[in-house]
Amino acid sequence: MGLESLLKQDGYFTTKVDALVAWARKSSVWPMPMGISCCAIEMMAVGDPKYDIARFGSEVMRFTPRQCDLMIVAGTVTYKMAPVVKKIYDQMPEPKWVIAMGACTASGGIYRTYSVVQGIDQFLPVDCYLAGCPPRPDNLLNALIMIQDKIGRTKAADFKNVKSPELELTSRN
Amino acid sequence: MNNKELVLQKLKENFSDINFETTDYLDELTVKFPRDSVVKICEFLKSDPALEFLLCEDITAIDWAKRKDRFTVVYHIYSIKNNFRLRLKADVDESECSIDSVTSVWKGANWQERETYDMYGIKFNNHPDLRRMYMPEDFEYYPLRKDFPLMGIPGSIPLPKK
Repeated sequence: MGLESLLKQDGYFTTKVDALVAWARKSSVWPMPMGISCCAIEMMAVGDPKYDIARFGSEVMRFTPRQCDLMIVAGTVTYKMAPVVKKIYDQMPEPKWVIAMGACTASGGIYRTYSVVQGIDQFLPVDCYLAGCPPRPDNLLNALIMIQDKIGRTKAADFKNVKSPELELTSRN
Repeated sequence: MNNKELVLQKLKENFSDINFETTDYLDELTVKFPRDSVVKICEFLKSDPALEFLLCEDITAIDWAKRKDRFTVVYHIYSIKNNFRLRLKADVDESECSIDSVTSVWKGANWQERETYDMYGIKFNNHPDLRRMYMPEDFEYYPLRKDFPLMGIPGSIPLPKK
């Protein structure tokens, strides 16, 4: 089974570089826990032994964006918070992915009001929208699996000409 | 003499020139007075040894939209000594839109007055640090006023570029 049985036969196997890189990338997605409000509690629950995000290789929650490739935006993003979220996203190295966790983040949720951004896709490229208020931890794992599928389909050439944007220093906040 | 009678009697004794409007609804006493006397009344309520309203629990405002005196500033204060809550009200018109700050009486009033300023645009004179509380510094509107649309004014708070 798996790699060992393959190597036992001939000692080598052939694959594509793209497949190998994508496999390596998707098997250790390091999340940036952007916990802004109550969804963050469910995100923390994903790290505990009951749900155990380590089974998917994503237990390394980094609190510096420089070491992350998946941003989990967990919670209500207000207009005041939006530049901060964007700045942290910009600091993450390419390639990177975003999960919009919960109803507020995906669409504004119950906060249909002047202070809350009605969906973070207005200023971030979102890869996976996660329903629920808050979503159950299983649901976040499901989103992670979906992201892994997406990463698994990428090719090295997809990121060839992607440049990190110049960091915009805003006067706000 | 119960607490309500005590408060009213004390106020009338000490401020004979001020016209107090009092209401007693659901066992809650409300005292209304002209806005220019707010500091001296609060000062008295706090320092009088029989009253000692040491705690300023809340400061907020009401927007009556079409009334002549558009706003009412509301103070909730509490006497730990007498276990008694008192509500103070003062009308503020839109043309002036200012009232004296009570931060000289209760230091805790600082942020509550800032919040009221942020949400209603009522200026508190002599406030040590009257900045916005929740909204961005350069925001031009006052969200809890009745004429502010629920979804805000499009483009008034810029989002970062995608």
